[in-house]
Amino acid sequence: MAGVVVLGASLGGLRAADALARSGYSGGITLVGDEPHQPYNRPPLSKEALVEAQDFDAIRLRSSAKPGTVSLVTGVRATSVDLGRGLLFLSDGRELAFEGLVAATGLRPRALGIPKPSAGVVMLRTYEDLVRLRSELAMVQDVAIIGAGFIGCELAASLTRLGYRVSVIAPEDVPMLRPLGEELGAALMRHHLRAGVTFGLERLPVAIEGSERPERVVCNDGSSFEAQLVIEAVGSATNTEWLDGNGLDLSDGILCDEKLSFGGDGRFLAVGDVARFPNLAFDAVPRRVEHWGMAVDTGRYAGKALGHLLSQGEASPAFTPMPAFWSDQFELRIQSFGMPGLVTDASEIRVLEGDLDGEVVVGYHRNGTLVGVVLVGFVQSHLKYRAAVAESLEAAAGASS
Amino acid sequence: MKVIVDLNKCNDHGQCVYSAPEVFSLNGRGELSFRDEAKEIYVSDQLDESLRDALEEAADICPMQAIEIEG
Repeated sequence: MAGVVVLGASLGGLRAADALARSGYSGGITLVGDEPHQPYNRPPLSKEALVEAQDFDAIRLRSSAKPGTVSLVTGVRATSVDLGRGLLFLSDGRELAFEGLVAATGLRPRALGIPKPSAGVVMLRTYEDLVRLRSELAMVQDVAIIGAGFIGCELAASLTRLGYRVSVIAPEDVPMLRPLGEELGAALMRHHLRAGVTFGLERLPVAIEGSERPERVVCNDGSSFEAQLVIEAVGSATNTEWLDGNGLDLSDGILCDEKLSFGGDGRFLAVGDVARFPNLAFDAVPRRVEHWGMAVDTGRYAGKALGHLLSQGEASPAFTPMPAFWSDQFELRIQSFGMPGLVTDASEIRVLEGDLDGEVVVGYHRNGTLVGVVLVGFVQSHLKYRAAVAESLEAAAGASS
Repeated sequence: MKVIVDLNKCNDHGQCVYSAPEVFSLNGRGELSFRDEAKEIYVSDQLDESLRDALEEAADICPMQAIEIEG
Protein backbone atom coordinates (compact mmCIF):
# COMPACT_ATOMS: atom_id res chain seq x y z
CA MET A 1 0.00 0.00 0.00
CA ALA A 2 1.28 3.45 -0.88
CA GLY A 3 1.18 5.71 2.17
CA VAL A 4 3.17 8.80 3.02
CA VAL A 5 6.93 8.80 3.43
CA VAL A 6 8.55 11.56 5.47
CA LEU A 7 12.22 11.60 4.60
CA GLY A 8 14.36 13.15 7.33
CA ALA A 9 13.71 12.31 10.99
CA SER A 10 14.79 15.49 12.68
CA LEU A 11 12.51 18.25 13.95
CA GLY A 12 10.72 19.20 10.71
CA GLY A 13 10.15 15.60 9.63
CA LEU A 14 8.91 14.52 13.04
CA ARG A 15 6.46 17.41 13.29
CA ALA A 16 5.18 16.67 9.77
CA ALA A 17 4.63 13.00 10.61
CA ASP A 18 2.94 13.96 13.90
CA ALA A 19 0.62 16.45 12.23
CA LEU A 20 -0.26 14.01 9.46
CA ALA A 21 -1.06 11.32 12.03
CA ARG A 22 -3.14 13.74 14.08
CA SER A 23 -5.09 14.73 10.95
CA GLY A 24 -6.49 11.21 10.94
CA TYR A 25 -4.69 10.07 7.77
CA SER A 26 -4.95 6.29 7.71
CA GLY A 27 -2.83 5.33 4.70
CA GLY A 28 0.33 4.57 6.70
CA ILE A 29 3.16 6.96 7.64
CA THR A 30 6.84 6.05 7.46
CA LEU A 31 9.45 8.41 8.93
CA VAL A 32 12.92 7.69 7.57
CA GLY A 33 16.11 9.14 9.11
CA ASP A 34 19.78 8.63 8.29
CA GLU A 35 21.02 9.04 11.86
CA PRO A 36 21.04 6.01 14.16
CA HIS A 37 18.93 7.81 16.78
CA GLN A 38 15.34 8.65 17.44
CA PRO A 39 14.56 12.30 16.61
CA TYR A 40 16.31 14.79 18.87
CA ASN A 41 16.59 18.52 19.38
CA ARG A 42 19.67 20.19 17.87
CA PRO A 43 19.84 23.68 19.45
CA PRO A 44 21.03 22.36 22.84
CA LEU A 45 24.11 20.81 21.15
CA SER A 46 25.89 24.19 21.19
CA LYS A 47 24.42 25.28 24.53
CA GLU A 48 22.81 23.31 27.39
CA ALA A 49 23.87 19.84 26.21
CA LEU A 50 27.47 21.03 25.96
CA VAL A 51 27.70 23.20 29.08
CA GLU A 52 25.64 20.95 31.34
CA ALA A 53 26.92 17.69 29.79
CA GLN A 54 23.37 16.48 29.12
CA ASP A 55 22.86 12.95 27.80
CA PHE A 56 20.77 11.91 24.81
CA ASP A 57 17.58 11.49 26.82
CA ALA A 58 17.61 15.18 27.71
CA ILE A 59 17.43 16.21 24.05
CA ARG A 60 15.13 13.51 22.68
CA LEU A 61 12.06 14.95 20.92
CA ARG A 62 8.65 13.65 21.93
CA SER A 63 6.13 12.64 19.31
CA SER A 64 2.52 13.73 19.67
CA ALA A 65 1.24 11.01 17.34
CA LYS A 66 -0.63 8.05 18.81
CA PRO A 67 1.77 5.12 19.32
CA GLY A 68 1.79 2.87 16.27
CA THR A 69 0.63 5.48 13.75
CA VAL A 70 4.12 6.42 12.54
CA SER A 71 6.76 3.80 11.66
CA LEU A 72 10.26 5.09 12.31
CA VAL A 73 13.16 3.77 10.21
CA THR A 74 16.59 4.96 11.38
CA GLY A 75 20.10 4.66 9.98
CA VAL A 76 18.89 4.68 6.37
CA ARG A 77 19.12 7.39 3.72
CA ALA A 78 17.47 7.80 0.35
CA THR A 79 19.63 7.26 -2.70
CA SER A 80 17.05 8.46 -5.23
CA VAL A 81 13.38 8.97 -5.86
CA ASP A 82 11.04 8.65 -8.81
CA LEU A 83 8.28 11.17 -8.15
CA GLY A 84 6.32 10.11 -11.23
CA ARG A 85 6.05 6.50 -10.10
CA GLY A 86 5.91 7.34 -6.38
CA LEU A 87 8.94 5.23 -5.45
CA LEU A 88 11.71 6.04 -2.97
CA PHE A 89 14.93 4.06 -3.10
CA LEU A 90 16.76 3.55 0.20
CA SER A 91 20.41 2.88 0.98
CA ASP A 92 19.58 -0.53 2.46
CA GLY A 93 18.16 -1.64 -0.90
CA ARG A 94 14.52 -1.23 0.05
CA GLU A 95 11.96 0.56 -2.12
CA LEU A 96 9.12 2.49 -0.52
CA ALA A 97 6.00 3.29 -2.53
CA PHE A 98 4.21 6.51 -1.61
CA GLU A 99 1.19 8.58 -2.53
CA GLY A 100 2.54 11.58 -0.60
CA LEU A 101 6.10 12.64 0.26
CA VAL A 102 7.55 15.11 2.75
CA ALA A 103 11.16 16.13 2.10
CA ALA A 104 12.84 17.02 5.39
CA THR A 105 16.44 16.22 4.61
CA GLY A 106 17.90 19.47 5.97
CA LEU A 107 21.51 20.54 5.77
CA ARG A 108 24.99 19.20 6.31
CA PRO A 109 27.81 21.43 7.57
CA ARG A 110 30.45 22.47 5.10
CA ALA A 111 34.13 21.82 5.75
CA LEU A 112 36.78 24.32 4.68
CA GLY A 113 39.05 23.24 1.84
CA ILE A 114 42.26 24.31 3.57
CA PRO A 115 45.22 22.22 4.77
CA LYS A 116 44.48 20.71 8.17
CA PRO A 117 45.68 17.87 10.40
CA SER A 118 43.64 14.67 10.47
CA ALA A 119 42.65 14.99 14.15
CA GLY A 120 41.34 17.85 16.25
CA VAL A 121 39.20 19.57 13.60
CA VAL A 122 35.47 19.09 14.14
CA MET A 123 32.02 20.34 13.13
CA LEU A 124 28.80 20.39 15.14
CA ARG A 125 25.52 19.25 13.59
CA THR A 126 24.67 15.88 15.12
CA TYR A 127 24.70 14.20 18.51
CA GLU A 128 27.71 12.14 17.37
CA ASP A 129 29.48 15.44 16.61
CA LEU A 130 28.77 16.57 20.19
CA VAL A 131 30.17 13.34 21.64
CA ARG A 132 33.31 13.79 19.53
CA LEU A 133 33.60 17.46 20.52
CA ARG A 134 33.38 16.56 24.22
CA SER A 135 36.14 13.97 23.98
CA GLU A 136 38.34 16.43 22.06
CA LEU A 137 37.73 19.14 24.66
CA ALA A 138 39.21 16.94 27.36
CA MET A 139 42.60 17.32 25.66
CA VAL A 140 42.82 21.06 24.99
CA GLN A 141 42.87 24.58 26.44
CA ASP A 142 42.66 26.80 23.35
CA VAL A 143 39.82 26.46 20.87
CA ALA A 144 39.50 28.29 17.55
CA ILE A 145 36.04 28.60 16.06
CA ILE A 146 35.93 29.39 12.36
CA GLY A 147 32.71 31.22 11.56
CA ALA A 148 30.92 34.01 13.45
CA GLY A 149 27.28 33.08 12.85
CA PHE A 150 24.91 31.99 15.59
CA ILE A 151 26.41 28.51 16.04
CA GLY A 152 29.94 29.91 16.18
CA CYS A 153 28.96 32.59 18.69
CA GLU A 154 26.92 30.21 20.85
CA LEU A 155 29.85 27.81 20.93
CA ALA A 156 32.19 30.68 21.84
CA ALA A 157 29.93 31.61 24.76
CA SER A 158 29.47 28.01 25.95
CA LEU A 159 33.17 27.13 25.75
CA THR A 160 34.22 30.37 27.45
CA ARG A 161 31.85 29.53 30.31
CA LEU A 162 33.48 26.10 30.51
CA GLY A 163 36.87 27.79 30.97
CA TYR A 164 38.42 27.43 27.50
CA ARG A 165 40.32 30.21 25.75
CA VAL A 166 38.31 30.83 22.61
CA SER A 167 39.12 32.64 19.36
CA VAL A 168 36.47 33.33 16.70
CA ILE A 169 37.80 33.78 13.16
CA ALA A 170 35.62 35.06 10.30
CA PRO A 171 35.67 37.30 7.20
CA GLU A 172 32.94 39.70 8.41
CA ASP A 173 33.77 42.78 10.50
CA VAL A 174 31.24 41.92 13.22
CA PRO A 175 29.73 38.60 14.33
CA MET A 176 26.19 37.65 13.27
CA LEU A 177 26.34 40.39 10.64
CA ARG A 178 23.93 38.90 8.13
CA PRO A 179 21.05 38.09 10.47
CA LEU A 180 21.37 41.10 12.79
CA GLY A 181 23.19 43.91 10.99
CA GLU A 182 26.28 45.94 11.81
CA GLU A 183 25.28 47.78 14.98
CA LEU A 184 23.66 44.95 16.89
CA GLY A 185 26.41 42.56 15.81
CA ALA A 186 28.98 45.02 17.18
CA ALA A 187 27.05 45.38 20.44
CA LEU A 188 26.91 41.61 20.93
CA MET A 189 30.60 41.39 20.09
CA ARG A 190 31.32 43.75 23.01
CA HIS A 191 29.55 41.29 25.34
CA HIS A 192 31.72 38.48 24.02
CA LEU A 193 34.89 40.58 24.36
CA ARG A 194 34.10 41.44 27.98
CA ALA A 195 33.64 37.72 28.68
CA GLY A 196 37.12 37.06 27.27
CA VAL A 197 36.45 35.82 23.73
CA THR A 198 39.17 36.77 21.20
CA PHE A 199 37.99 37.83 17.73
CA GLY A 200 39.99 37.55 14.52
CA LEU A 201 37.62 39.26 12.09
CA GLU A 202 37.99 40.56 8.53
CA ARG A 203 40.31 37.72 7.64
CA LEU A 204 40.16 34.22 6.22
CA PRO A 205 41.89 31.14 7.59
CA VAL A 206 44.32 29.70 5.06
CA ALA A 207 45.72 26.75 7.01
CA ILE A 208 45.31 24.83 10.24
CA GLU A 209 48.91 24.03 11.15
CA GLY A 210 50.07 21.18 13.35
CA SER A 211 51.60 17.76 12.80
CA GLU A 212 48.99 15.40 14.22
CA ARG A 213 46.67 17.82 15.98
CA PRO A 214 46.14 21.54 15.39
CA GLU A 215 48.63 23.95 16.92
CA ARG A 216 47.46 27.19 15.31
CA VAL A 217 45.14 28.65 12.68
CA VAL A 218 46.97 30.85 10.17
CA CYS A 219 45.06 33.59 8.33
CA ASN A 220 45.47 35.45 5.03
CA ASP A 221 46.67 38.63 6.77
CA GLY A 222 49.56 36.76 8.37
CA SER A 223 47.94 36.58 11.82
CA SER A 224 47.68 33.27 13.65
CA PHE A 225 45.64 31.92 16.56
CA GLU A 226 46.85 29.26 18.94
CA ALA A 227 44.43 26.33 19.16
CA GLN A 228 44.64 22.60 19.86
CA LEU A 229 41.05 22.17 18.70
CA VAL A 230 39.37 23.85 15.73
CA ILE A 231 35.60 23.93 15.21
CA GLU A 232 34.39 24.70 11.70
CA ALA A 233 31.07 26.57 11.77
CA VAL A 234 31.16 28.13 8.33
CA GLY A 235 27.82 27.28 6.83
CA SER A 236 26.11 24.37 5.21
CA ALA A 237 24.94 22.62 2.08
CA THR A 238 21.39 21.39 1.43
CA ASN A 239 20.73 17.65 1.20
CA THR A 240 18.89 17.37 -2.11
CA GLU A 241 20.99 14.96 -4.20
CA TRP A 242 18.42 12.20 -3.72
CA LEU A 243 15.92 14.34 -5.71
CA ASP A 244 18.16 14.68 -8.78
CA GLY A 245 16.59 13.58 -12.06
CA ASN A 246 13.05 14.73 -11.30
CA GLY A 247 13.25 18.06 -13.11
CA LEU A 248 13.20 20.16 -9.91
CA ASP A 249 14.94 23.46 -9.12
CA LEU A 250 17.46 22.36 -6.47
CA SER A 251 19.84 25.32 -6.86
CA ASP A 252 19.35 26.35 -3.20
CA GLY A 253 17.34 23.73 -1.39
CA ILE A 254 14.04 22.60 -2.90
CA LEU A 255 12.10 25.33 -4.68
CA CYS A 256 8.49 25.22 -3.44
CA ASP A 257 5.36 27.24 -3.96
CA GLU A 258 3.58 29.22 -1.21
CA LYS A 259 2.07 25.94 0.03
CA LEU A 260 5.48 24.25 0.44
CA SER A 261 4.62 22.03 -2.51
CA PHE A 262 7.09 21.02 -5.22
CA GLY A 263 7.03 19.03 -8.42
CA GLY A 264 3.34 18.53 -8.95
CA ASP A 265 -0.06 18.57 -7.45
CA GLY A 266 0.40 19.20 -3.74
CA ARG A 267 1.32 15.63 -2.75
CA PHE A 268 5.04 16.42 -2.41
CA LEU A 269 6.05 18.99 0.19
CA ALA A 270 9.32 20.20 1.67
CA VAL A 271 9.85 21.37 5.26
CA GLY A 272 12.57 22.79 7.47
CA ASP A 273 15.99 24.09 6.37
CA VAL A 274 15.80 22.48 2.92
CA ALA A 275 12.54 24.17 1.82
CA ARG A 276 12.79 27.35 -0.27
CA PHE A 277 9.37 28.98 -0.36
CA PRO A 278 7.76 32.43 -0.63
CA ASN A 279 6.18 33.74 2.57
CA LEU A 280 3.44 35.96 1.14
CA ALA A 281 3.14 37.85 4.42
CA PHE A 282 6.46 39.48 3.36
CA ASP A 283 6.79 39.16 -0.44
CA ALA A 284 6.83 36.62 -3.26
CA VAL A 285 10.56 35.81 -3.12
CA PRO A 286 11.25 32.17 -2.26
CA ARG A 287 13.74 31.82 0.59
CA ARG A 288 15.10 29.13 2.84
CA VAL A 289 14.68 29.95 6.53
CA GLU A 290 17.10 28.14 8.82
CA HIS A 291 15.22 28.67 12.08
CA TRP A 292 14.35 25.99 14.57
CA GLY A 293 10.82 27.39 14.83
CA MET A 294 10.41 27.28 11.04
CA ALA A 295 11.12 23.55 11.05
CA VAL A 296 8.25 23.17 13.52
CA ASP A 297 5.90 25.48 11.61
CA THR A 298 6.62 24.03 8.16
CA GLY A 299 6.36 20.48 9.52
CA ARG A 300 3.03 21.12 11.20
CA TYR A 301 1.65 22.86 8.10
CA ALA A 302 2.86 20.18 5.68
CA GLY A 303 1.52 17.27 7.73
CA LYS A 304 -1.86 18.89 8.10
CA ALA A 305 -2.06 20.02 4.45
CA LEU A 306 -1.11 16.57 3.18
CA GLY A 307 -3.65 14.94 5.47
CA HIS A 308 -6.44 17.19 4.21
CA LEU A 309 -5.47 16.63 0.59
CA LEU A 310 -5.12 12.84 0.75
CA SER A 311 -8.02 12.13 3.12
CA GLN A 312 -10.56 14.73 1.97
CA GLY A 313 -9.21 16.04 -1.32
CA GLU A 314 -9.08 19.55 0.13
CA ALA A 315 -6.40 22.12 -0.67
CA SER A 316 -4.96 24.29 2.12
CA PRO A 317 -4.44 28.06 2.29
CA ALA A 318 -0.95 29.50 1.71
CA PHE A 319 1.65 29.10 4.46
CA THR A 320 2.35 32.58 5.89
CA PRO A 321 4.12 32.09 9.24
CA MET A 322 5.70 34.67 11.53
CA PRO A 323 9.37 33.62 11.58
CA ALA A 324 10.98 33.65 15.01
CA PHE A 325 14.36 32.64 16.33
CA TRP A 326 16.25 32.88 19.57
CA SER A 327 19.83 32.55 20.70
CA ASP A 328 21.30 32.34 24.20
CA GLN A 329 24.82 33.68 24.58
CA PHE A 330 26.25 34.23 28.06
CA GLU A 331 23.46 35.84 30.10
CA LEU A 332 21.85 37.28 26.97
CA ARG A 333 18.53 36.19 25.55
CA ILE A 334 18.37 37.23 21.90
CA GLN A 335 14.90 36.89 20.36
CA SER A 336 13.83 37.79 16.85
CA PHE A 337 10.47 38.05 15.11
CA GLY A 338 9.84 38.61 11.42
CA MET A 339 12.70 38.77 8.89
CA PRO A 340 15.34 41.23 10.09
CA GLY A 341 17.80 39.67 7.61
CA LEU A 342 15.80 41.21 4.73
CA VAL A 343 17.08 44.66 5.67
CA THR A 344 20.64 45.54 4.71
CA ASP A 345 20.35 49.35 4.55
CA ALA A 346 21.79 50.50 7.91
CA SER A 347 19.56 53.58 7.99
CA GLU A 348 16.52 51.28 8.06
CA ILE A 349 17.76 49.52 11.21
CA ARG A 350 16.88 51.58 14.29
CA VAL A 351 16.84 51.19 18.07
CA LEU A 352 13.20 51.16 19.18
CA GLU A 353 13.81 50.87 22.93
CA GLY A 354 16.76 50.63 25.32
CA ASP A 355 20.34 51.06 24.16
CA LEU A 356 22.88 48.95 22.33
CA ASP A 357 25.17 48.51 25.32
CA GLY A 358 22.48 46.90 27.46
CA GLU A 359 19.02 45.55 26.82
CA VAL A 360 17.80 46.73 23.45
CA VAL A 361 15.03 46.34 20.90
CA VAL A 362 16.08 46.93 17.29
CA GLY A 363 13.57 47.43 14.47
CA TYR A 364 14.25 46.51 10.83
CA HIS A 365 12.25 48.48 8.25
CA ARG A 366 11.60 48.10 4.53
CA ASN A 367 9.70 50.80 2.64
CA GLY A 368 8.22 52.02 5.89
CA THR A 369 7.10 48.55 7.02
CA LEU A 370 8.48 47.01 10.20
CA VAL A 371 9.53 43.60 8.80
CA GLY A 372 11.56 42.39 11.79
CA VAL A 373 12.55 43.06 15.39
CA VAL A 374 15.41 41.71 17.46
CA LEU A 375 15.25 41.94 21.23
CA VAL A 376 18.27 41.55 23.47
CA GLY A 377 16.71 41.12 26.90
CA PHE A 378 13.36 42.96 27.27
CA VAL A 379 11.84 39.51 27.82
CA GLN A 380 8.57 41.00 29.04
CA SER A 381 8.11 42.86 25.70
CA HIS A 382 8.14 39.92 23.25
CA LEU A 383 4.38 39.87 22.73
CA LYS A 384 4.22 43.58 22.10
CA TYR A 385 6.93 43.65 19.43
CA ARG A 386 5.83 40.45 17.73
CA ALA A 387 2.36 42.00 17.42
CA ALA A 388 3.91 45.23 16.09
CA VAL A 389 5.60 43.31 13.24
CA ALA A 390 2.40 41.40 12.44
CA GLU A 391 0.34 44.61 12.37
CA SER A 392 2.83 46.44 10.19
CA LEU A 393 2.91 43.55 7.70
CA GLU A 394 -0.89 43.38 7.60
CA ALA A 395 -1.15 47.14 7.03
CA ALA A 396 1.36 46.90 4.17
CA ALA A 397 -0.52 43.97 2.60
CA GLY A 398 -3.79 45.88 2.93
CA ALA A 399 -2.30 48.97 1.28
CA SER A 400 -0.95 47.03 -1.70
CA SER A 401 -4.04 44.93 -2.41
CA MET B 1 -6.69 16.61 29.47
CA LYS B 2 -3.97 18.26 31.54
CA VAL B 3 -0.87 20.17 30.58
CA ILE B 4 2.38 19.52 32.43
CA VAL B 5 5.31 21.94 32.30
CA ASP B 6 8.77 20.96 33.50
CA LEU B 7 9.86 24.28 35.03
CA ASN B 8 13.46 23.06 35.30
CA LYS B 9 13.56 22.64 31.52
CA CYS B 10 11.50 25.76 30.76
CA ASN B 11 13.65 28.73 29.85
CA ASP B 12 10.85 31.34 29.64
CA HIS B 13 11.06 31.78 25.86
CA GLY B 14 7.32 32.43 25.85
CA GLN B 15 6.63 30.79 22.47
CA CYS B 16 3.75 28.88 24.12
CA VAL B 17 1.99 32.17 24.82
CA TYR B 18 1.45 32.77 21.09
CA SER B 19 0.09 29.27 20.52
CA ALA B 20 -2.19 28.95 23.55
CA PRO B 21 -2.74 32.33 25.20
CA GLU B 22 -5.78 30.87 27.00
CA VAL B 23 -3.41 28.71 29.06
CA PHE B 24 0.06 30.26 29.01
CA SER B 25 1.15 33.77 29.97
CA LEU B 26 4.25 35.59 31.16
CA ASN B 27 4.37 37.47 34.45
CA GLY B 28 5.72 40.99 34.91
CA ARG B 29 9.28 39.67 35.09
CA GLY B 30 8.96 37.97 31.71
CA GLU B 31 8.77 34.50 33.30
CA LEU B 32 6.17 31.83 32.63
CA SER B 33 3.42 32.74 35.09
CA PHE B 34 3.17 29.11 36.32
CA ARG B 35 6.40 29.84 38.20
CA ASP B 36 4.30 31.89 40.61
CA GLU B 37 2.42 28.76 41.70
CA ALA B 38 4.82 25.82 41.21
CA LYS B 39 8.53 25.17 41.70
CA GLU B 40 9.63 22.15 39.66
CA ILE B 41 6.69 20.69 37.77
CA TYR B 42 3.47 22.53 37.00
CA VAL B 43 0.38 20.42 36.48
CA SER B 44 -2.77 22.16 35.28
CA ASP B 45 -6.36 21.46 36.24
CA GLN B 46 -8.49 19.54 33.73
CA LEU B 47 -8.60 21.60 30.53
CA ASP B 48 -11.30 21.74 27.92
CA GLU B 49 -10.86 19.47 24.90
CA SER B 50 -11.35 22.48 22.59
CA LEU B 51 -7.87 23.64 23.64
CA ARG B 52 -6.12 20.50 22.39
CA ASP B 53 -4.91 21.86 19.03
CA ALA B 54 -3.54 25.01 20.61
CA LEU B 55 -1.81 23.01 23.36
CA GLU B 56 -0.29 20.56 20.85
CA GLU B 57 1.12 23.56 18.99
CA ALA B 58 2.50 25.03 22.22
CA ALA B 59 4.17 21.71 23.07
CA ASP B 60 5.63 21.44 19.55
CA ILE B 61 6.97 24.99 19.45
CA CYS B 62 8.54 25.00 22.95
CA PRO B 63 12.28 25.43 22.30
CA MET B 64 13.15 23.49 25.46
CA GLN B 65 10.48 20.82 24.86
CA ALA B 66 9.26 21.39 28.41
CA ILE B 67 5.51 20.98 27.76
CA GLU B 68 3.63 17.68 27.87
CA ILE B 69 -0.04 16.96 27.34
CA GLU B 70 -1.56 14.20 29.40
CA GLY B 71 -4.80 12.49 28.51
